[in-house]
Amino acid sequence: MSKGNGKPLNVVGKPFRKVDARAKCTGQTKFADDIVLPRMLACKILRSHEPHALIRNIDISKALALPGVFAILTGKDFPIPYGILPVSQDEHALCVDKVRFVGDPVAAVAAIDEDVAFDAMNLIEVEYERLQTITSIEEGLFIDEPRIHEYGDGGNVHKKVSLEFGDVDEGFAEADLVREDTFFYEGNTHLPLEQHAAVAHFDPDEKLTLWSSTQTPHYVHRALTKVLGIPASHIRVIATPNGGGFGGKSDPFNHEVVVSKLAMITGRPVKCTLTREEVFYCHRGRHPVLMHVKTGVKKDGAITAMHFKSFLDGGAYGSYGVASTFYTGALQTVTYEVPRYKFEGARVFTNKPPCGPKRGHGTPQPRYALEVHLDKIAEELKLDPAEMRRRHLVPSNSVTANYLRIGSMGLGACIDKVVKGSDWKNKFSWEPAMTGAQASSLASVSDKTTAAGTVALQARKLPYGKGIGIACSAYICGAGLPIYWNNMPQSGVQLRLDRQGGVCVMCGSTDIGQGSDSILAYIVAEILGIDPFDIRVVTADTDLTPVDLGSYSSRVTLMTGNAAIQAAERARELLTIAVAEKLSVPIENISFADRRAFDVENPDIGMSFAEAVVLAESKFGTIGTVGSYSPPRSPGKYKGAGVGPSPAYSYSAAVAEVDVDPSTGIVTVEQVWIAHDIGKSINPVLVIGQVEGSVYMGLGEILMEEMAYRANRNAVHKFPSMLEYKSPTTMEMCDVKTYLIEDPDPNGPFGAKEVGQGPLLPVPPAVANAVYNAVGVRIDEVPITPEKVLKALREKDRGRDPRFGPNSVPNVDWPEPLRVLTPAEGGDGKEMPRVAVHS
Amino acid sequence: MTLEKGIQQKWHISFTLNGEPAEVAFAPHKTLLEVLREDLALTGTKHGCELGECGTCTVLVDGKSILSCLMLGLDAEGREVTTVEGMAANGKLHPLQDTFADLGAAQCGYCSPGFLLAAKELIEKSPRPSRDEIKEALSGNLCRCTGYIKIYEAVELAAARMRGEPMELPRESLFGLE
Repeated sequence: MSKGNGKPLNVVGKPFRKVDARAKCTGQTKFADDIVLPRMLACKILRSHEPHALIRNIDISKALALPGVFAILTGKDFPIPYGILPVSQDEHALCVDKVRFVGDPVAAVAAIDEDVAFDAMNLIEVEYERLQTITSIEEGLFIDEPRIHEYGDGGNVHKKVSLEFGDVDEGFAEADLVREDTFFYEGNTHLPLEQHAAVAHFDPDEKLTLWSSTQTPHYVHRALTKVLGIPASHIRVIATPNGGGFGGKSDPFNHEVVVSKLAMITGRPVKCTLTREEVFYCHRGRHPVLMHVKTGVKKDGAITAMHFKSFLDGGAYGSYGVASTFYTGALQTVTYEVPRYKFEGARVFTNKPPCGPKRGHGTPQPRYALEVHLDKIAEELKLDPAEMRRRHLVPSNSVTANYLRIGSMGLGACIDKVVKGSDWKNKFSWEPAMTGAQASSLASVSDKTTAAGTVALQARKLPYGKGIGIACSAYICGAGLPIYWNNMPQSGVQLRLDRQGGVCVMCGSTDIGQGSDSILAYIVAEILGIDPFDIRVVTADTDLTPVDLGSYSSRVTLMTGNAAIQAAERARELLTIAVAEKLSVPIENISFADRRAFDVENPDIGMSFAEAVVLAESKFGTIGTVGSYSPPRSPGKYKGAGVGPSPAYSYSAAVAEVDVDPSTGIVTVEQVWIAHDIGKSINPVLVIGQVEGSVYMGLGEILMEEMAYRANRNAVHKFPSMLEYKSPTTMEMCDVKTYLIEDPDPNGPFGAKEVGQGPLLPVPPAVANAVYNAVGVRIDEVPITPEKVLKALREKDRGRDPRFGPNSVPNVDWPEPLRVLTPAEGGDGKEMPRVAVHS
Repeated sequence: MTLEKGIQQKWHISFTLNGEPAEVAFAPHKTLLEVLREDLALTGTKHGCELGECGTCTVLVDGKSILSCLMLGLDAEGREVTTVEGMAANGKLHPLQDTFADLGAAQCGYCSPGFLLAAKELIEKSPRPSRDEIKEALSGNLCRCTGYIKIYEAVELAAARMRGEPMELPRESLFGLE
């Protein structure tokens, strides 16, 4: 991919403002709820207060009689199901026969204003017949009837997977130490400040336009086509700038379908803006995951084999859940070398708001488990946990046991930066955190270990109550495969140059605050030698912009960036030919910078960019070019190999320093040092913003955020409000020291990799490890609340296991694993024929 | 279909909005947030909860930051209300808006109007705010994108500029640590 022909960069790498910064700082950015159309109606959606029930009857007569009510819809108006994944088309815009969680949509009203719509909604009478509720992972696994859905892997199990790469038992036999740990990561939610909103307009020529705060307009377009039964060519979806997404606006949502249908029926524009409470029910956030990890290591910490099991509480619908399940097992192998690897995962349906993708999609939970587990292993081996990790990194340009192709790999440099920056070596010691039981099992091992990195028994360096911890992580730069199977590009960019020198970039990508619109402008400006603020960026409009799959899986900078490079280079080529001809110089002499095209050997000879466009348009006709991007094919060919491959992987390392008050259990994170392997910053100030925001969100997850439900059969959310769903304010946010590691990746635009999600991942385990370092208790359950710390400290005082967390995982009948020979074993990436080899 | 019941009698107020006299009529139960957005078309004031929990709808009333979702529109009678639309003047951004833009302190931009107004109140009261004062002053505003750090830096930089002191942006704010 182009790196700009090696010429000095004028835009890329510079801390420019975002192209929409002024609009955002003056309140002029139009979010979905800011759209007001003449004669617009308001929509309210009646939601179930039953967690699991059959709908016996819906009486809308009183509501319909209310003056100002224009239309009321129920499930019978939406017979066709939809869902983000082709394998889980299990949602209806309004529930048809039954409701599956408190908050499931049952009926929708369009009325003259929101007050009337609200009154009408409360006049709708629904008769329910209650069904038994399924509220936990255990119940989902073991209570088969009633089924929440009539599909899946039996009973209330949505998906079960079992994959084995190489023979893990052989690997465990080679190990000097085999350790097993159990962890639980509670679910939490995105909590974007903007509540979801959608406005639909059905015009007199029978074309539908939907404006929505969605991260994935293309998928919404597909879902509307399916559910409304009108051709895709009659539907236009425009994603408005998202007031925060974090993955929470990546599914097609019922309110989007409902307002579309209401607009078609009433012939008037219809808007639905969710209340904050409804946003909690939309959810699609972090899955609660129970995990068991078993790892074999040599004395120096080299991993010989790993067996990871995860159990996901999926909530009431499929959403991205099949992908989430695979993601809880996919990326364990891309940080440290894992020569043999086994993964078993199960996702269950429960009568709670559906879980889905939140920043890090399916990987923060296993990353937390793995990094705390490795910390425990380092302690048993009496190794410095930073050094142990540093020693066993996956090499760059390699293929992992589960067939993920690694390109650039900057984790070693990340670890070095945070170790040095945090003064790790003068702060970290295992004293006095090491307790008898854990240390004794391998005491003999460490006695013989003399290699660098061994931590001798040494005096405690930080006072009791102060602790430091480290963790590392990796993340994808875009999923290798699209959500629905096709051979088309994942991202397209169209460029239009006009004879006045104007440049318009059109792309389906969606700016959710991460700055993707600006990235398009920077890259095109760099290649055409113009100012990014001269460029008009048109994005996320299915009528005007080529498809980009959306703002998820940290794919946008890499994929739209590469497509933009291709489109811009094609335009530059046309301009170059015309300019070279005019100047009578060889084509290779023409360069573009400072809004000019010129002869590099004689830079005074040249012309303005606008004049160059006029020449090109005179010679070739109207100047428009396109670029597209498809990720490279993955070497993995086995069933399930679709989740995990990526054009590149970003890496992060974090050190956290904490203060734990043993009398209250309150954990204060004082400082986080974080280094992120970005490949190349397209704009460093935006990269740092993503890093700091990721640290913040990771901090919220580890310390306080949780989707908690009342402990009764009603499965009612305990606190669907921003006051009681605790998230960090300025008073809880820690200081952050950020390091960017630039090691350009050959697959990235100008070498760039992702930053939106990856830097969240090391934060929760770094804090958990620091808490242990501070007071000697392991909190193996996220979030680390004061109650859990106090309980663990009490256990410690009583001489019992100083930890808080789950002790076991359910005993599940896993399917016979799909076996794949690893690349090291000469495997070809395909599963081996199934034969009954194991008893 | 008759709409009579759906139409409520409107009340009328006069007040100062962004330095200009304003008059507006609206249903008496409406909050200042709703009046600004729905009856005056000033959609720069955003909402995140409409329950006084997130700070997103912050505006200044007589120079003091308030949550416009918790104040009745009727209570604005005769008062001076400043929204984000009143911060820039004659096409020139307020120093806070400039520094928010320069440092990427507005990512999605949804909470930004509320933060800008809360910060404006702070700087006008305390021209040289410490980092702790800034945290305290902004503690009622939630931001999910930035982790607040770029916001603190933007407030500090704007305050310095408003005091007439040239302040170099620390290199690490723009490029990270070496």
